[in-house]
Amino acid sequence: MKEIINVISNPPILFTLLVVILFLSFRYPEVFWSGKAMIIVGVSSVLFFILSLFDENFLLIVTKADNVPIVGLIFLILFFTWLAMWQAVKNDKRIAAGKPVAEAEIEPKRVIVWPDLVYIELIALTLCLVLLIGWSVLLEAPLEQPANPANSPNPSKAPWYFLGLQELLVYFDPWIAGVLLPGICVVGLMAIPYIDKNPKGNGYYSFAERKMAISIFIFGWLLVWILLIVIGTFLRGPNWNFFGPYEYWDIHKLEPLVNINLSEIIYIKWFGVGLPKNWFFREIFGIGTLLAYFMITPLILTKKVFSSLYVKLGIGRYSIFIALLLLLVSVPIKMYLRWLFNLKYIVAIPEFFFNI
Amino acid sequence: MTENVSNKGENEVPKSDTPAEDTDSILKDKPADTTSKKVPAPPPKRKVDRRSFFSWMGLAWFSFTAATLGMAAAIGRFFFPNVLFEPPLTFKAGYPEDYIIGAVDERFKESFGVWLVRNSEGIFALSTVCTHLGCTPNWLGAEAKFKCPCHGSGFYKTGINFEGPAPRPLERFMISYAEDGQILVDKNRKFQYEKGQWKDPDSFLKV
Repeated sequence: MKEIINVISNPPILFTLLVVILFLSFRYPEVFWSGKAMIIVGVSSVLFFILSLFDENFLLIVTKADNVPIVGLIFLILFFTWLAMWQAVKNDKRIAAGKPVAEAEIEPKRVIVWPDLVYIELIALTLCLVLLIGWSVLLEAPLEQPANPANSPNPSKAPWYFLGLQELLVYFDPWIAGVLLPGICVVGLMAIPYIDKNPKGNGYYSFAERKMAISIFIFGWLLVWILLIVIGTFLRGPNWNFFGPYEYWDIHKLEPLVNINLSEIIYIKWFGVGLPKNWFFREIFGIGTLLAYFMITPLILTKKVFSSLYVKLGIGRYSIFIALLLLLVSVPIKMYLRWLFNLKYIVAIPEFFFNI
Repeated sequence: MTENVSNKGENEVPKSDTPAEDTDSILKDKPADTTSKKVPAPPPKRKVDRRSFFSWMGLAWFSFTAATLGMAAAIGRFFFPNVLFEPPLTFKAGYPEDYIIGAVDERFKESFGVWLVRNSEGIFALSTVCTHLGCTPNWLGAEAKFKCPCHGSGFYKTGINFEGPAPRPLERFMISYAEDGQILVDKNRKFQYEKGQWKDPDSFLKV
């Protein structure tokens, strides 16, 4: 059983599995986001967690003072995602039956502030304070020996909120993983209200009315951000190798990770000739692949999938939307290429520090 | 002060039909009344004349400016670290006979940030800074590779990168003989493989 979970938690399998589950949950929302499903998933994941604590390797990773918040984060995010989707699915049923949404029945166009919200806030504040004090008393600060530039801890991990970025750094050049992608992520999130002018779902939960928007957001948020943090926290061990949750962190674990560039695969493996001296001829296939991805895919998508959206949004909004979407999807694509084929860069021009 | 209070008490007696209102009115109006009618002018201390006002303001602004400057100085001090790790850039690394063929010497990793590698032809000095984001890799003798703990970059014994995200090989430093026959490593000059500098005779010590 432990062996199976160790194998499943290997990123390509884990990622694929979660994509499939997420897709099914959007296909059958009444089943996956129902109260029953939450109870089943919640109880079984808590049971799984408690049983796993008997494994010493699992216990060691999970109870490390740095990692405790991430355990809480997994459960909290699952719960709140479910809570929102559960209300959305309930509203969808009401809308389908011709009734007003649940939020409209409380008091239309009003928010209950005094004393309801203020009391809730006071209680939440007090509980939060109690939790923080208890936490700081019980868990020791994860302090280490004085800094020594010649000695990087193994593994060296960023603070938890940066572990997603640290994971991206494995697959992308530093300027892409550290500057471009997070920058686009922030700017893209800021751009959402300007791109999305659909008034449906304002002030009430609904999934059926906003299927695409919610699906894309949950995919990006849960799989391309939270999952990367979880992988970086629990599954990355010494020498930044992958370790299953029950696997011993062996410093000498040997993983053959000899990476090759696309140019090397094409010229040396397929054509059987050496790499061309000129960087442009060397990288022409990679550049072509990228151009095809960012130029031809949008054309196909617009024709086959998003034709009505194109009309609704207009050319400006639509092209920003499709560019952001393609960038979001390109991140897992690159990760899969690395996991499955050890592909290092699609375009590698170290002459200009330009590697994609 | 005591005088004023007793005066208020006297005034209160005749008008005590609605006590709550009365005390209010006393607090607000009566002191002004008393100055005009019964009591001589209030002590002149209370009045702040222009000169003392400005001198107090001057003192306040002076101390505020001093405090701000003091804080700015403290922040400025903060930019200069208490401890600097700046070992000398050149050092002597013993005699070539000390080095075993095929071994990676880690003696100078901590003190100078250099690995000395001996192969069948000679000795070269590798930088211990990962070319990805500057962590310090570890030499794993069993796997015969340098492996970075931050993002998993791996380098062969020669310094060539072969796995993980590192974009280029480790840098080499200038290496030569000192006058006394010891090995002299000079970190002022570095040699980068991707620029073809490893062919430079200074980057390699023939033994």
